[in-house]
Amino acid sequence: MTLLKFELKRSRISLAVWTAAIASLLLICLIIFPDMKGQVNELNAAFSSMGSFTEAFGMDRLNFGELMGFYGLECGNILGIGGAFFAAYIGVSSLAGEEKNRTAEYLLTHPVSRTRIVAEKLLGIFCQILILNAVSMLTSIVVVQGIGEELQMKEFLLLHAAYLLLQAEIAAVCFAISAVLRKSGIGAGLGLAAILYFLNIIANLTEDAKWLKYITPFGYAEAADIITESSIDPAMAAVGACVTIAGIAAAFFIYERKDIY
Amino acid sequence: MEVIKTDHLTKYYGKARGIVDLSLSVEEGEFFGFIGPNGAGKSTTIRLLMGLMRATSGSASIYGMNIGDNKKKILENTGYIPSEAMFYPGTTVSEILKLSAGLRHMDCSAEARRLCERLQLDPGKKTDELSLGNRKKTAIVCALQHRPGLYIFDEPTSGLDPLIQKEFFEILQERNAEGATIFLSSHILSEVQRWCSRAAVIREGRLAACGHITELAGTRAKRISVVCPDMHELREALQRILPPDSGSPVKDSPSVHGSSPNQDKNPLRGKAPVQGRNPIRDKNPLRDFRSGGNTASFLWQGDIKELLDGLSQVPYTDITVTEPDLSEIFMHFYEQEGSL
Repeated sequence: MTLLKFELKRSRISLAVWTAAIASLLLICLIIFPDMKGQVNELNAAFSSMGSFTEAFGMDRLNFGELMGFYGLECGNILGIGGAFFAAYIGVSSLAGEEKNRTAEYLLTHPVSRTRIVAEKLLGIFCQILILNAVSMLTSIVVVQGIGEELQMKEFLLLHAAYLLLQAEIAAVCFAISAVLRKSGIGAGLGLAAILYFLNIIANLTEDAKWLKYITPFGYAEAADIITESSIDPAMAAVGACVTIAGIAAAFFIYERKDIY
Repeated sequence: MEVIKTDHLTKYYGKARGIVDLSLSVEEGEFFGFIGPNGAGKSTTIRLLMGLMRATSGSASIYGMNIGDNKKKILENTGYIPSEAMFYPGTTVSEILKLSAGLRHMDCSAEARRLCERLQLDPGKKTDELSLGNRKKTAIVCALQHRPGLYIFDEPTSGLDPLIQKEFFEILQERNAEGATIFLSSHILSEVQRWCSRAAVIREGRLAACGHITELAGTRAKRISVVCPDMHELREALQRILPPDSGSPVKDSPSVHGSSPNQDKNPLRGKAPVQGRNPIRDKNPLRDFRSGGNTASFLWQGDIKELLDGLSQVPYTDITVTEPDLSEIFMHFYEQEGSL
C-alpha cells in the first residue's frame, strides 16, 4: 500500500481544490433555493418555454419549485459535469503521467509487480472519487438542513449512486487510455467527458437518438429520470458497469505488456 | 556464477533497430563496462535487463532467472540508475528515497543518510528544483541505499562534477570489493578504462567486442610517431607495406569536428578514413594517419617488425611506439565512419 499512500498524498492538493470547488458550488446553489422558490411560477414558466432546451436538460419533467427538482437540475449538473471532468482528469493522467514525467523508469524498477502498481493506482483513483462524492453529499445534506428543507432520501441516494457509477465509468475508460498513452492524455480525457455529456443532451432532444443514452453514462445519471421514476434505468446502468469493468481489465492487460522507454 | 547473461537478445521498436543478437555474460563480482556511442543500444539493453521492455527475440537472465518470469525477485537485489533520472514533482528528495525504500519494504534511512553525506546531496531539496547533477545523485542514493548485490547503471556519471564522480566510483569500488557485481554503460571511455575490469563495446545495436580492458586496449594496435624529413618517402614506404587489398592509400585523415567522446588531447588525431568494421575482419593495419611538418603519427595494428623492416629504407630520425588508450582504439577500430 506504499504506492497508494504516496499517490493519495501527492494528489491531496488537486483533490482538495476540485472537492472545494464542487462543494462550494453546491452550497451556493442550495443557499439561493429559498429565494428561487418564491419566484417558482415565473421560473417554471420561463424554463418550460425555452423550446428544445427545456427537454435537453430535463426541465419539462422536474419542478423547480420543489427541492428535489431544483437539486436534480442545478446540483445534478454541477456534480455531473464537475465529477465527470475530475474522474477523466485523474484517470487519464494516472499511468500515462508516469511516462510523461519520466518517473516510470523509477517506479517500475522497484520489486513491485505491474499488476500491483496498476491496482494501487486504480484504488487511488477510486478513493479520490469516493472522497469527492462523500464531501459533496455531506455538504448537500448539511446545507439542506440549514435552509430548512428536506431531501427525499431515496432519490437523493439514487442520484448520487448514479453519479458515482458515472465517474467510475469515465475514470475506468480514461485509465485504460492512460495505460496505452506515453504522453499526457488530459486533453483526450476531458474531451471524452465533454462528448459523453453532449451525447446525452442530443439523446434528450430527439427521439431518434435515444439509443445514445446506452452509450453515455449521463444516460443513466439523468436526474429527471431518477427523480420522477425513483429508480436508475437498470439496462443503462448495466452497460455502464460492464464498460467500467472492461476499462479496468483492459488497463491491467495493456500495462502488463507495455514497453517502457 | 553468471549474474547477467543475454543470449541473442534482440529488440526492434517497430522497424527501428534497438539491439541485434546481443550475447553477453557478466560474472559475479565483476566491474563491467558497457561502451558505445549514443544510440548504439546501451539503454535498450539495460531496459531489457531491468524488465522495462520485452525482447523481440532472444533471452536474458539475471542470477540464472529469466527476467520476464522473475522480475520482482531480481529487482529486489538490484539497484538501477536510469540515464535520465526524473522524480515526481511536488515532493522532496527524502520523500523519494523513503518511497523507494518503502516499495522494497525496507528501512534504509541510515544508509541513505550516509550516502547523501558522501555525495553532498541535501535530502530536504524539492524535486522540482533539482539540478541535473542533484537528480543523478538522488537516483544514485535510490540505487545504493538498499545495498543490493547487482548494480545496473545507465550512464551514471553524466551531470556529476568530477569530485562527486570520483566519490561515486569509490563507493562503487567498496561495494565491488564486498562482492557486488557492477554493470555500467558509458560513452566515456577513460571512465570505463579506469574503473572497469571487463567491458563490451556495442555499435549500431551489435556487440563489436567484449573482453578484459587490457585485451580490448591491447588489440596489438600501437601508436607510432615517426620524425622524418622526407614525408613523401615515408608515405611510399608505408604504402608498400600495406596489403594490396587494404584499399586505403596513406593520406591524412580528415579532422574531427567536436564529437569526440573523450578529451581529444592529440591534435594529430582524427577520424579514420577507413571502412573499418572490426579489428579482426579488417585487413588494413594502418589507421588515423596524420602528418604535420616532419612528423607523422598513425595507429598500427599489425606486425611491428614488418613495419620497422619496411621503414628501414626511410631516413627517419626518431620513432616512438606507445600504447594507445581505449578511446583511440574505440574511435578507429570499433567505430564505423561517421557514426559518432
